[in-house]
Amino acid sequence: METVLRKVAAIVSEYGGDRDSLISILQDIQSAYHYLPEDALRAVASQLDLPLIQVCGVATFFKAFSLEPRGEHIVSVCLGTACHVRGAPAVLDEVERQLGIKASETTEDMQYSLETVNCLGACALGPIVVVDGKYRGQMSPGKVKKALRKQRKDLEGHGV
Amino acid sequence: MVELTIDGIKTNAPEGTTVLEVATEMGIVIPTLCYHPGLSPYGACRVCIVEVVKDNRSSLEASCTLPVEPRQVILTNSEKVRKARKLIIELLLSSCPNSKTLQDMAANMGINRVRFKVKDRGCILCGLCVRYCKEQMKSGGIGFVGRGTSRRVATAFDVTPEECRNCGGCEWICPVCERACTAGNLIDGLCGGCQNLIPVETCPVCTGCSESVGPQGHRVYQ
Amino acid sequence: MKKLRTPVELRQLRATILSQRDPEKACISICCGTGCRAYGAEDVAKALKNQIRRQGLSKQVQLKVTGCHGFCEHGPLLVVYPGRIFYQRVTPNDAAEIISETVLNGNIVDRLLYVDPTSGEKTHFEGDVPFYKRQRRLIFGSNGLIDPTDIKDYFAIDGYSAVSKVLFEMQPEEAIAEIRKSGLRGRGGGGFPAATKWESCRKAPSFDGTRYVICNADEGDPGAYMDRSLLEGNPHSVIEGMIIGAYAIGSHNGYVYVRHEYPLAVTNLSIALEQAREYGLLGQDILGSGFDFDIKISRGGGAFICGESTALMASLEGKIGEPRPKHIHTVVSGLNGRPSNLNNVETWANVPLIINRGADWYSEIGTEGSKGTKIFSLVGKINNTGLIEVPMGITLREIIYDIGGGIPNDRRFKAVQTGGPSGGCIPESLIDLPVDFDKLTEAGSMMGSGGMIVMDEDTCMVDIARYFVKFLTEESCGKCVPCREGLDRMLDILTDITEGRGKEEDIELLEELGWIIKETSLCALGGTAPNPVLSTIRYFRDEYEAHIRGKRCPAGVCKALITFIINEEKCTGCGVCARECPQGAISGKKKEPYNINQEKCIKCGVCRDNCKFEAITVS
Repeated sequence: METVLRKVAAIVSEYGGDRDSLISILQDIQSAYHYLPEDALRAVASQLDLPLIQVCGVATFFKAFSLEPRGEHIVSVCLGTACHVRGAPAVLDEVERQLGIKASETTEDMQYSLETVNCLGACALGPIVVVDGKYRGQMSPGKVKKALRKQRKDLEGHGV
Repeated sequence: MVELTIDGIKTNAPEGTTVLEVATEMGIVIPTLCYHPGLSPYGACRVCIVEVVKDNRSSLEASCTLPVEPRQVILTNSEKVRKARKLIIELLLSSCPNSKTLQDMAANMGINRVRFKVKDRGCILCGLCVRYCKEQMKSGGIGFVGRGTSRRVATAFDVTPEECRNCGGCEWICPVCERACTAGNLIDGLCGGCQNLIPVETCPVCTGCSESVGPQGHRVYQ
Repeated sequence: MKKLRTPVELRQLRATILSQRDPEKACISICCGTGCRAYGAEDVAKALKNQIRRQGLSKQVQLKVTGCHGFCEHGPLLVVYPGRIFYQRVTPNDAAEIISETVLNGNIVDRLLYVDPTSGEKTHFEGDVPFYKRQRRLIFGSNGLIDPTDIKDYFAIDGYSAVSKVLFEMQPEEAIAEIRKSGLRGRGGGGFPAATKWESCRKAPSFDGTRYVICNADEGDPGAYMDRSLLEGNPHSVIEGMIIGAYAIGSHNGYVYVRHEYPLAVTNLSIALEQAREYGLLGQDILGSGFDFDIKISRGGGAFICGESTALMASLEGKIGEPRPKHIHTVVSGLNGRPSNLNNVETWANVPLIINRGADWYSEIGTEGSKGTKIFSLVGKINNTGLIEVPMGITLREIIYDIGGGIPNDRRFKAVQTGGPSGGCIPESLIDLPVDFDKLTEAGSMMGSGGMIVMDEDTCMVDIARYFVKFLTEESCGKCVPCREGLDRMLDILTDITEGRGKEEDIELLEELGWIIKETSLCALGGTAPNPVLSTIRYFRDEYEAHIRGKRCPAGVCKALITFIINEEKCTGCGVCARECPQGAISGKKKEPYNINQEKCIKCGVCRDNCKFEAITVS
């Protein structure tokens, strides 16, 4: 609890305690904790002298923020128009089947979080799936099944 | 002072007033949902829309947030306005059927069916409660969270906020929970009950005002 | 890194930089925009760097890591100077050969050349590559010449000379007049005359004199990434444009609002801002002119609506991206209630070009109503996916066939979607339409930010309409009823249609919903949201009717209306499909044609993907 307060205070002071910088402050907190803990939001509201519900409003409006802890590994499926036209929905269905979760959910064991993105800007490679920052292009349901299987094997192999 | 024309009647209004305020002063009734004279206008429900005619084009604007402008030509009850308002109420009904206010409006406008899937959100997101808490009670314990169809009025982390003064104003001002429809047997989202029991009246002189007295009543609503 | 205190010092610095550069010196310009990075371009760059070092050539050969070159389909790509040899689909293993053959001995590495798919012709000179030849890369072309993290590269291509000219040779009103003469219209989607906006902002009263210039880098249209590539590859062009705009308007505070999903753009822009400040091109007393101006970066939080001007400004104030009606324009009262001028990235990047080359020269390019060039992202069912810059007025046919290389796999062109979720589909019958603001609007679409999604006969237009409506329901702020509830019900109807539950009155209902959402929504997101639906109904009504009446999807896309069938003649009975099928729906005996149990089939397509004999088709 103590460290959260101090961390938030450090971030808030970086922005000069400026209320206008609320979104940037929350982004830095999200980077630090990979989600927005309740304590952190309360601390922000108190330190910026803003109604708590206003901070919650901002935290729940923007897709960049998550109020739930995310998984160790993030799998992003691009659903931009170009990828959609090249068959991205079928790829998403397969990923959901493989991981056993729907988009914006996290697996029970907290290993994987699945999210969708609306255009990564690498349309020549579409459909794209990003696993832990690594871009895998020209995906199809068959290829993504193989890619996820391989990734899981690699992780197991490293005793993760 | 700004000179404008509403429903064919020329009038003057101070700069900075809204078309809704001016029309109300003139005795023209424009239905509203998310508007309250004691709170800041919000422009969310779109029920108060009026037709703004410029050259040979017209657009529909929410009168509660429309500032008066010189030489503005406003129609509060044209065919276009009525058609649009009817659709708005139909959409609202499909998202919140258990509101007597909405059911009355539907009966007034002659809405016979709701063609859209009924998804009862229990709230029309008019924001009156939020604005009441913030502006009138200077408290700000409730607010909007989420976005799109996930948007809802909530308290922080769904617990009673420290700021809450138990004034009950949020419930009082709500067009839905204070005046819940008691019909209990909505058919496809429609009640059609209460308003029909009011006797029909006809105005001897039609000024084209938007007050209506039932689906069989005023000729303007045919 | 000495602060430049006069225009003369800037000119001298440029001269010094140029004198230190030998145009005949070998240089490899390698694209490391986000797209090519996804292809592994960084590994190629690393390999080249190692080779240069290993062969002891660090003094003779320069490696320039640049932003996007535009020909994304063929990445990783690089250009070898001085010959301007263009190599595509380069791998790290090619590095040694490129250095020893091309750089040192001027020999071409044949296998890395671009080959025209129809003629089979190979091109080695970058300017001759058909993709580039038909473009007019006045703005985007600079990406290949500069390292975005080194301001000296920007000085070398006349960078900041436009700022110098405006601050010392023009009055603010003259700068606005020049922009007006050029006919520059906003490149973000609205197409509003830039000079008119600047002038209104300049004239609007501000109680404390504060005015803001803002750059909209929220680029939310899926499939559009031009602004990102400009910011990543040439951030100074945007900074320079903003300084000029700020001077013209009388603003000393600038913001660049970059969407959350663009980390490299934020990085490169931050570096550029720092370097500009070091040289006295931002901050107090720019170039000794007495004009103060600086720029802050603000990152978006992941909301398409924040591309809308009032929502963007609310977000800059730390609030949610809830738009407000624009009866009072943002140029009069915008950010913090002050006059604010918001322009798109590409719009700002056009400004130095106009000042340097002159409005007369600029207005010669393009059409009567749309001057200059436009950068488009050409994506989807197209051979040459990438970013293109073309003069306004070029036809869709030229873009799709001459530059885009046509549709892959010999499929038939069906439509091109422009303007993102606010735009519409242009069918094949209008393929000779000249691309400019007004023509596209007349056809029921709009230019938008520049995304061009090409579709072929295997694209279902009802599915596309549903896709856009779904996107917008997720991005709607939720404030006003027609957008929040109307789009949601539109999605219900479109989902019903694509899943075989369409009813006869659905098209009429879609049109009615489209009307109310367009007419009564509070902001432009709702105001333009029905466009994809209405335009597909306009041009592809037959597809809607096939789904509703015939319960068929002619393009073979909508899962509920298609069946996967194994062609008995092509099937070799290898059994791969049966093994891969997640539902165990395929069965058969080895070496005999297999069979799909339609009851179990979930139409995932894994079987078709895995079949090496093309024996599985969709009916």
